[in-house]
Amino acid sequence: MTEREFFGPGEAISWALRRDLRLALRSRGELGVALLFFLIVVSLFPLSVNPDPKLLRTIAPGIAWVSALLATLLALGRLFNNDYADGTLEQMLLSPLPLPGIVGGKVLAHWISTGLPLVLVSPLVAVQFGLGGGELGVLMVSLLLGTPILSMLGAIGAALTLGLRAAPVLLALLVLPLYVPVLIFGAGAVEAHASGLGAGGHLSLLAAGTLLAGLATPWATCTALRIAYE
Amino acid sequence: MNFYHYAAPATFYPLAGKLWPWFAAIAALLGLIGLYIGFVVAPTDAQQGEVYRVIFIHVPAAWMSMFIYLVMAGYCALGLAFKTRLSAMMASALAPTGAMFTFVALWTGALWGKPTWGTWWAWDARMTSELILLFLYLGFIALQSAIEDPRRADRAGAVLALVGVVNIPIIYFSVKWWNTLHQGASVSLTAAPKMAETMLWGMLIMALAAWAYAIAMSLLRVRAIIIERERQTEWLVEALEAER
Repeated sequence: MTEREFFGPGEAISWALRRDLRLALRSRGELGVALLFFLIVVSLFPLSVNPDPKLLRTIAPGIAWVSALLATLLALGRLFNNDYADGTLEQMLLSPLPLPGIVGGKVLAHWISTGLPLVLVSPLVAVQFGLGGGELGVLMVSLLLGTPILSMLGAIGAALTLGLRAAPVLLALLVLPLYVPVLIFGAGAVEAHASGLGAGGHLSLLAAGTLLAGLATPWATCTALRIAYE
Repeated sequence: MNFYHYAAPATFYPLAGKLWPWFAAIAALLGLIGLYIGFVVAPTDAQQGEVYRVIFIHVPAAWMSMFIYLVMAGYCALGLAFKTRLSAMMASALAPTGAMFTFVALWTGALWGKPTWGTWWAWDARMTSELILLFLYLGFIALQSAIEDPRRADRAGAVLALVGVVNIPIIYFSVKWWNTLHQGASVSLTAAPKMAETMLWGMLIMALAAWAYAIAMSLLRVRAIIIERERQTEWLVEALEAER
């Protein structure tokens, strides 16, 4: 790709996606850690609250969502840090591939390697907390629709704190307040379903949030990355 | 008069020095009048008794907490778009005052809630979004203080404040649909206020006092930031000599 001057965003997305997924596959241990963290945090709640099955069933969606938030946060460091440390990120900023496309691909890869596995292990949470089949279905759909927002918003925070000494703590402080709406609609969807109201409204809002974040956040992340390199 | 003239730290520094004592004096004067009206003149509320008097501090603080965030985000947008150093400094100067008002709004709200609702804290929409607003302020301050290079700190803070300002309405409505206990707004621009006229006057005067206080404090703070950032420049050394 030496002679061309123009590259479409699609090319950038697919290039970054394939590269980051390959890297993620080669460090499977790291992926497992976030997933294990999710399961451990989820398992701590019954121990700290009360093993009463009725109580557990009502708090299960909230616990699954809070744990998903924390697991995503834990994995956010991986998004840019390694590429920043070895200089790859700087080359990405200089490359003719459009940066929003690269960022979009990286975030997508991050979601596939951390968000999607959370969706896939959520049936375990349902078993632990005695959730019914319908509730589990809604929980899985809400996680599927909501976790991409977590990755996209988190990317802005990760880019803003790039290379800072206090980055991990700071990242939590910056990103967690922004996650509040996702948490409310995600956990709310399961509750609404359980109470017979139907989860459609919540899930539609989550889907709208994903689309909106997909449109807006790559540009904010790119700005943040360029600021880090000025 | 050309306002752009004051967009440079060198011209704004002396202007801020001249203006801030006036705003501080206005804040003190209006604060005294407002508190006098609020605690002496205004009648006792028929339902809530004397407890309601906390609104003379609570409501202006809550207004200012949201308004300052908007002003701050506005300065951040200016700073990002035009790379004007002073706008970023103003944003950093406003943040602690905004955080202070947010904290005061929460604190006085809790003091009012205990005798009235019987609880210090409830997970009501406005209270929860005010709490999250406090976290957004603290995140902004923490991010800026964690970055050593002031230009990167300015611009990174600006991106964060703008992301926050887009999120505030989303957060507000998400929490609102989730749970609501807070009483409806007593004062709005479209409907006639549902309170006695003296109470309204006391509150409006207190709001103006809070406004003047915020201006005075941010001008004072922006002067400190200018001194910190421009300490090598000749004009500042001369200006500091002249002030001595």
